[in-house]
Amino acid sequence: MNERVTKLRQQSLDAVPYISTERAELLTRFYQEDKTTSLPVKRALSFKYILEHKEIVINDGELIVGERGPAPKATYTYPEVCCHTQQDLEILDTREKIPFKVSEEAKAVYSKEIEPYWKGRTMRELIFTHMTEEWKDAYEAGIFTEFMEQRAPGHTVLDDKIYRRGFVDFIEDIEKSLANIDYLHDPQAYNKQQELQAMKICAEAIITFANRHSQKAAEMAKQESDCKRKSELQKIADVCAHVPAHAPRDLWEALQSYWFVHLGVIIELNPWDAFCPGRLDQHMYPFYKKGLEEGTLTAEDARELLQCFWIKFNNHPAPPKVGVTAAESGTYTDFANINNGGLKPDGSDGVNDLTYIILDVIDEMRLLQPSSNIQLSKKNPDAFLKRACRIIRKGWGQPSIFNADMIVKELLNQGKTVEDARNGGASGCVETGAFGKEAYILTGYFNLVKVLEITLNNGLDPRTGKIIGLRTGDPREFKSFEELFEAYKKQLKYFIDIKMRGNNIIERLYAQYLPVPFLSILIDDCIKKGKDYNDGGARYNTNYIQGVGIGSWTDSMAAISYHVFEQKTLTMDDLLEALEKNFVGSEKVRQLLLNKTPKYGNDDDYADEFLKLIYNAFYQEVNGRPNTKGGVYRINLLPTTCHVYFGSVIGATPDGRRNWEPLSEGMSPVQGADRKGPTAVIKSASKIDQVLTGGTLLNQKFTPKILEGEEGINNLAHLVRSYFKLDGHHIQFNVIDKETLMAAQAEPDKYRDLIVRVAGYSDYFCDLSKALQDEIIARTEHQSF
Amino acid sequence: MTTGIIFNIMKYSVHDGPGIRTTVFLKGCPLTCWWCHNPESQVKEPELMFWDSKCIGCGDCLQECPNGAIACSGAKLQYDAQKCTACGKCAVVCHSGARELVGRFVTVSEVMKEVEKDVIFYDQSGGGVTFSGGEPLMQPDFLKSLLMSCRGKYIHTAVDTSGYARTETLMEISRYTDLFLYDLKIMDEDLHIKYTGVSNKLILRNLKELSLCHEAINIRFPLIPGITDDPDNIAKIGEYTASLKGISQVNVLLYHHMGADKYYRLNKDYPLQDISKSGSIIIEAAAQKLEEYGLKVRIGG
Repeated sequence: MNERVTKLRQQSLDAVPYISTERAELLTRFYQEDKTTSLPVKRALSFKYILEHKEIVINDGELIVGERGPAPKATYTYPEVCCHTQQDLEILDTREKIPFKVSEEAKAVYSKEIEPYWKGRTMRELIFTHMTEEWKDAYEAGIFTEFMEQRAPGHTVLDDKIYRRGFVDFIEDIEKSLANIDYLHDPQAYNKQQELQAMKICAEAIITFANRHSQKAAEMAKQESDCKRKSELQKIADVCAHVPAHAPRDLWEALQSYWFVHLGVIIELNPWDAFCPGRLDQHMYPFYKKGLEEGTLTAEDARELLQCFWIKFNNHPAPPKVGVTAAESGTYTDFANINNGGLKPDGSDGVNDLTYIILDVIDEMRLLQPSSNIQLSKKNPDAFLKRACRIIRKGWGQPSIFNADMIVKELLNQGKTVEDARNGGASGCVETGAFGKEAYILTGYFNLVKVLEITLNNGLDPRTGKIIGLRTGDPREFKSFEELFEAYKKQLKYFIDIKMRGNNIIERLYAQYLPVPFLSILIDDCIKKGKDYNDGGARYNTNYIQGVGIGSWTDSMAAISYHVFEQKTLTMDDLLEALEKNFVGSEKVRQLLLNKTPKYGNDDDYADEFLKLIYNAFYQEVNGRPNTKGGVYRINLLPTTCHVYFGSVIGATPDGRRNWEPLSEGMSPVQGADRKGPTAVIKSASKIDQVLTGGTLLNQKFTPKILEGEEGINNLAHLVRSYFKLDGHHIQFNVIDKETLMAAQAEPDKYRDLIVRVAGYSDYFCDLSKALQDEIIARTEHQSF
Repeated sequence: MTTGIIFNIMKYSVHDGPGIRTTVFLKGCPLTCWWCHNPESQVKEPELMFWDSKCIGCGDCLQECPNGAIACSGAKLQYDAQKCTACGKCAVVCHSGARELVGRFVTVSEVMKEVEKDVIFYDQSGGGVTFSGGEPLMQPDFLKSLLMSCRGKYIHTAVDTSGYARTETLMEISRYTDLFLYDLKIMDEDLHIKYTGVSNKLILRNLKELSLCHEAINIRFPLIPGITDDPDNIAKIGEYTASLKGISQVNVLLYHHMGADKYYRLNKDYPLQDISKSGSIIIEAAAQKLEEYGLKVRIGG
C-alpha cells in the first residue's frame, strides 16, 4: 500500500468512535419547524435538510470522499428511532467494550434540545407501548430479541443500477410513475403520490449533497499549493459534480457514486447492516476494463482507489446500541459484506481480474470494515478459492466463504427468478438475498434452548420464577421422548406466535411512521409500485427469525433421549435436580452428560437426528407464515453475539453446560463437543437441508500449523469444496492457537490488533466481552500431528 | 467376519499420505522405538490409560475393579499394572473419561463404516485411507480384508509400516495396497537393535523385495535428535534408498513431544526424557544430504 493509503488507513485505525449530535440537532430543528402532514414527504424533507446543512468533510489525501458525520468515526444518533437518555450516553461513554466517547457538550445538547423534543415520540417507545404483556415477559426472559427497537429495518444490498444510470434518470422514473397514478380507481393513489414525491425530494437531495462536495473540493483545490493534490481535488470536484446524478464514466466515479448512496442510506436512518455494494467485482469490472483499454487507468490506480474506498467503510462504526441490542450485536462492525466471485447473470463463472485485485486489497488492508466474502461456485477456478484461503490462513477471519450455487438454489426455492437469484448473494453475516430487489428483514434472534428450559420447567422460567410459557406438564411424568418433544413444540409455537404478533405490529409502525424514501429509490420495485421499502415496495419481501443455540439444543435433547429414555442411566428427576443445582454436588452427572453422550458435530447419526428434529420443527413453525408486506417468514441460523446473551439467561442444560454459559453459535457444534475433526463437523452440519434456509453459519477453528505450506492450503480448499458439494451454505475459519488467545486475554495491551472471527463477522479480540472471549477459546481447535 | 484390534480412527488426517485421509491405527507393534509417540500402539492387547487431569476423584473405579488393581492412598489413586487385566470395567463407570480402555476389537465392516463416511473428502482431495499402527502387518488377515474392502469401494489405500514382518506377508499385502509409507530409521544394525528392539536386516531386505514389485513407496525417516540424525546414518539412508528401484520420495518426520504424556497415562517410562526438538539447521542439512542422492525430500508426512 502506498504512502497515501498507509496514512489514511492509520488515521482510520487511530480515530476513536464518538457521538456526533450533528444529525440529531438538524433533525430536531427540522421537526420543530416543519408543518408537513404527509410522513413520507416529512421524512424526505428532513433528509434533504440534513444533507443541505451537515458539515462537508474531505479528509487530507482522500480520493473517495464523504463522511456520515463531521470526521472519521463520528457516529450519528437517530433519536426518532431511539432517543438516548443521559444515562445511556454515560454508559456509551464509559463502558469497557464498544464505547463511544460522548463530550460534555454533546450531553448538554441532548439534555437541552434532543431529549425534550423526542421523549414520547420515538419509535422505540411506540413499539414497547404496542407490545402485549406476554411479549414483554418473553422478551425480558430472553426468549427472543427485537431487532427494530433501536435500529430500522434495512438488511438489503445494492445491485448494479447506479452504475448504469444516475439519479437524474431515477427522477425520470419517479415522474413516470407519478404520471401513471390512477386517481379514479386506485384507493392507494394519494399514498403513492406522497411516497413518490418523497423519493423525488430525496433523489434531488443526494445530488445536492454530492454537489456540495464538488464545491468544497473546488474551493480546496484553489487553496492547495501542492500540484499533485490540487489536481486530485479538481478531479474530485469533477467526479462529485457528475455522480451520483449521472451514470459513472470511470472506476473512480463508480466507487464515489456508491459511496454517496451509502452515506444517503445511513444518514436517512440507521438501518441494520448499513448498506452494501454487493457484487463489487462484477459491478466495477466494466469500468476497470474500459480504463485499462483506454489507457486511463492502471491496475495500481484501481488498487489505490479500492483501498481508499475500503477506508471509508472502516471510518463508519455501527450506530451506538444499548441494552439487549448491544448484547445481541456487540460490535462496531456494521455488516457491509462485499461479495466476490460467484456467478454472472447468465450462470457462467463470475471471477474476473478485478476479483483478484479486490482479494489483494482485502489482504493488504486488514480492516474490520467492510466485511468481505467469496462466493464460491463449482464453476469458479481453484486459484480463486486458494487465493482466499491464503488470506484466511493469516487468521483474522476474512474473507468468509459462501456457496454461490447454494445461494442460487435457496433463492430459487423462495420463488425468485433465475436472474435475480444469480445476481444475489450473501450479506450481513450470512443472509441470502436478491440484491437490489429484496427487503430481507431479520426480525430477531430466537432462543431455541430457553424454550427447552421453559418446557423442562412446565412453563416456568427458573431464572425469575415467573410462569411465562404454557403448562405442558411435568416432564417427570413423560413416558417417552416423543411426549417431551410434543410439549416442546407446543411451547415453540406459543412463543413464535408471540414474536410474530409483535413483528407484524412493528412492521406496520415502520411502514406508517418511518418510511425510507431514499432507500426506496434504490430497491426495485418501490418506484414502480409507488410504495416504500418499509411498506412492501421491494420486489421480494422476506422476514427472518434467526434460531440460536441449535447445537446446544441438539446435545441437550440427545442427552435426555439417550440417558433418560433409552439407557435409563438417569431419571428425569435426577437430571432436573442436577440442572436446578447447576450440577453442584452432581459433577458425576455432568461428566456423564459431557463424556458419555452422543454429541452433534461428530458425524454420529444418533446425535445428528436431533439436529434434524429441531431444525425441521423450527422450520415448520416459522416458514411460510405471512408478513404484512406480501411476503413470508423464513428461518436462518446465525447468532452475531446473541449466543452469549441467550446463554446468560439460561440455567444449566442437559448437555452439561453450566448456568449462564454461552450457547453454541450459528450451526456450529457446542464448543469442544466436536472431537472428530473438521470432516466430521462438516458431515454433521450437512445433514440438515440447508436449502430451506436463508443462511446458516458454520465456524471452524484451526491451529495455524495444520494450514502450513501449499498442502495446508490445498486441504483447506478441499474441505470447503467438499462442504459445498454437500450443500453447505457458509463456512468460516479462525486460524489461531489457544495460547495466543489466552495470552491476549491476559495482556490485552500487547494484542490490540488481534482480529478473530466471531460469528458472521470478525472483530478485535480485545473488544469482545470476557464471556465471548472464553467462548472462542473453548471452541474445538482442529489440529493434526 | 475378520476382526482385529485398533486403538484409533483419525479423520482429517493430512500427514499420512496424499490428500485428506482417514488413518486407522492398528494396535500391536514388534518394535519399541524410544521415540515412539504412540506408546499405546505397542502392546497387542487392550490397555488402560489414566488421565489424572480428568479424574474428579469420585472413586467409582475402586469399587468396580474386580482385581483390586486400583487403590487409594491419600488423595491420589494408585494403579497396579500387574493386577490389571484390562477388563475395562473401570472405564465404563468412569464418567469423566479419566480411565480409558485403549484398544478395541472391531470387525472389518465396523471400520469400513467409519472409513466410508469421508469418501466425499477423499474424492475431492485425492485422499483415502491409511492403515498405520503399531504395525499393521502384525494383523495380516485383518489388514488384507480391510484393503480388499477399500479396493471394492475404490478408496485409495496407504499402509504405514516398519517393514518388520514376514516377507510373504508383506508381498501378499502389497497386492492390495496403493501406497506404502515405509519407515527407515537407523542403518547400523546394533544401534537399530538398541533403539527399536529389533534388527534391521529383515526390514532392509523386505524393502528391497517390495521395491521390486511395488511402484509407490515413500520412505519415512524420523529425524530423532541424537539417535537418527547422525550424518553418517543420514548418508547411508540416502544411499540405500537411492539404490532401490522406483523409490523417489523421502519424508523426513520431525520429532515432537506430543507422545510424552501418553507414557505417563499408560504408567510407562518415557525413554526420551531429555531431548529437545531438532533445530531448523539440522533439518535443512538432513534434507539437503538426502537430496544429494537424487531423492525428492519432504519435511513432514
